[in-house]
Amino acid sequence: MEDWIISNIVTALLLAGFVGAAAAVRSSRIWTDAAASLWRRRPIALLVVSFYVAVAILDSILWVGGVDAGEDVVSAHEAKSVIDRLFLDARERSYSAPLADVEFYGAKPLAHPGSHPMGTDIIGRDVVYMALKGIRVALLIGGLTSLIAIPLSLLFGISAGYFGGRVDDFVFFIMSTLASMPGLLLLIALIMAMGRSTLSICIALAVTSWVGFCRLVRGETLKLREQDYVHAARVLGVSEFQIVMRHILPNLTHLVIITFVLTFSGLVLSEAVLAWLGVGVDGSWGQMIDQARSELSRDPVVWWNITAAGLALFGLLLAVNMVGDAIRDILDPRTLRESS
Amino acid sequence: MVAYVIRRLAYGVLVVFGVLFFLFVLFFWVATPDDIARRALGEKAPPAAIEQWKINHGYDRELWPWQSFEDNMLFAHYRSMLTLDFGRSDADDVPIIEKIAKGAGPSLALTVPLFLLGLVASVMLSLIVAVFRETYVDRMGVVLCVLGMSVSILLYIVGAQFLIAKLLRWFPISGFDPSPDVVARFLALPLLVGLVSSIGSNVRFYRTVFLEEVHRDFVRTARAKGCGEARIMVRHVLRNAMIPILTQIVIAIPFLFTGSLVLESFFGIPGLGALMVEAIQGNDFATLRAMVFVGSVLFVVAQVITDVSYSLADPRVRLE
Repeated sequence: MEDWIISNIVTALLLAGFVGAAAAVRSSRIWTDAAASLWRRRPIALLVVSFYVAVAILDSILWVGGVDAGEDVVSAHEAKSVIDRLFLDARERSYSAPLADVEFYGAKPLAHPGSHPMGTDIIGRDVVYMALKGIRVALLIGGLTSLIAIPLSLLFGISAGYFGGRVDDFVFFIMSTLASMPGLLLLIALIMAMGRSTLSICIALAVTSWVGFCRLVRGETLKLREQDYVHAARVLGVSEFQIVMRHILPNLTHLVIITFVLTFSGLVLSEAVLAWLGVGVDGSWGQMIDQARSELSRDPVVWWNITAAGLALFGLLLAVNMVGDAIRDILDPRTLRESS
Repeated sequence: MVAYVIRRLAYGVLVVFGVLFFLFVLFFWVATPDDIARRALGEKAPPAAIEQWKINHGYDRELWPWQSFEDNMLFAHYRSMLTLDFGRSDADDVPIIEKIAKGAGPSLALTVPLFLLGLVASVMLSLIVAVFRETYVDRMGVVLCVLGMSVSILLYIVGAQFLIAKLLRWFPISGFDPSPDVVARFLALPLLVGLVSSIGSNVRFYRTVFLEEVHRDFVRTARAKGCGEARIMVRHVLRNAMIPILTQIVIAIPFLFTGSLVLESFFGIPGLGALMVEAIQGNDFATLRAMVFVGSVLFVVAQVITDVSYSLADPRVRLE
């Protein structure tokens, strides 16, 4: 199946997931109150995050055709997203300063004078376009990695906390082993061994980051296991699996949400460092920053590339950090701070 | 007490064995010696050259003990790592242990001052913010911390190099010279960048820890007895907050040796971090393996020290 069809299906599933989550929140008083409280505390940050998510979704809806072939017949048959189509014929030949009318080197007139708010990069692509494309990559890294890491942490953490004994010892040993390898080194070693595709980078990031949450889950499960309703369920003969699904797991949901949001920014930052080392995901802001580094030593300075990527990165991370802090304050003031 | 230390050390040894096994699986099974040979010699190398390369580096034996008990790679791997006989680098054939010894000096020259300065600065700033809790000083402090945390270290580095080194010309952009009269000039900028990039998250963490203690009853008692705020902060709050802070400190010690990959590469400091980056870019698996192992051993040692110091600082822990 074509890549772009898969992308569309995944986007559709994601949107369906959002709608489902919204319905679940509406049906429960606690979650509705929490959501309202979040909106009251951090409206601006929430709007910023929503903007980023919207752009990422628009960039994931791809289809072929509807493009004027012109000189570039190959690209006319490539799948293009909504964002791609907005910037379809904004190409120049090389660098140009923001809102300039002429090229940066040579002062030849541009094809689209004054229409590049942040200038163009070395092969003439609009810098705002590149920054917008990077949003999808950043959200993909944070999202896919968490999708792998969080279920892994839940599986090991709940098993260790609930069943105790040998299972606990085994999981604790694995956690200690992984935790004793320096994070960045382990990350790079994993990527070198598994290859540099987006999936292996996300798997590597997940392997190096699941231990922290696992410890938390294990601690919480140990506490939850001693609750009266769990004892009662066991006496009534409910199977262990059902106890876990019905009593333990739902009581961990707030921790899952908080951890997801708070570790998101760390993951995106790690990918930026990986990109600079040459093993990042294609099209990410880290790659933009890495490629733009040498431009600062030119005279006159080419500053718009790195500024755009840096601002986009900073904007997302600041918004996510603020939303994350607010979510943590609303959902769980004590547990995380005690154990962090 | 002694029994506790011995127990923790024994567990540490077990963890080191686990780490070695994980490294073996990663570097000999997930990425086979054939892959490594191909990356070193090039994709189109003839099978004979690959075999020869594998024989030269000792990668040509059977992998697992059940395939060949006397001469298999798993035991060879354990033997060489545990005796610190790391062999030669895959890339340039220099003995790895030489490279590590040479790189340790510059790494420590950067990370030790960075660590000490960072610790002092973070603790002082977070104490100040804790004293002025709930006021504008506190709010501003937290906002600045979150802002600081949201900027990637790459941007701090690029910004510092551009503004301070290129425009203002106060310090060199990169490079390293160990002679004592100029070494400070070369370390100033990486120190500054390292400090500023990590102070945000550190101050936030320590502030949380201090604020936990400040609301305790014993603090209220001390204040009721007439202790000044400064005295309370240092003698009561700081002392009781030492435990989580101690954990952070001891866990950070292994990283002093492995160096900061990013800082060292950007600022041209020939330490262990730069060695790692070279190994990555040169597909030098042997060096990579050795470095991860060294880092892990240091980490395990640091964790044992943490646990022991925990039990000294907090008598309740010893009774577990």
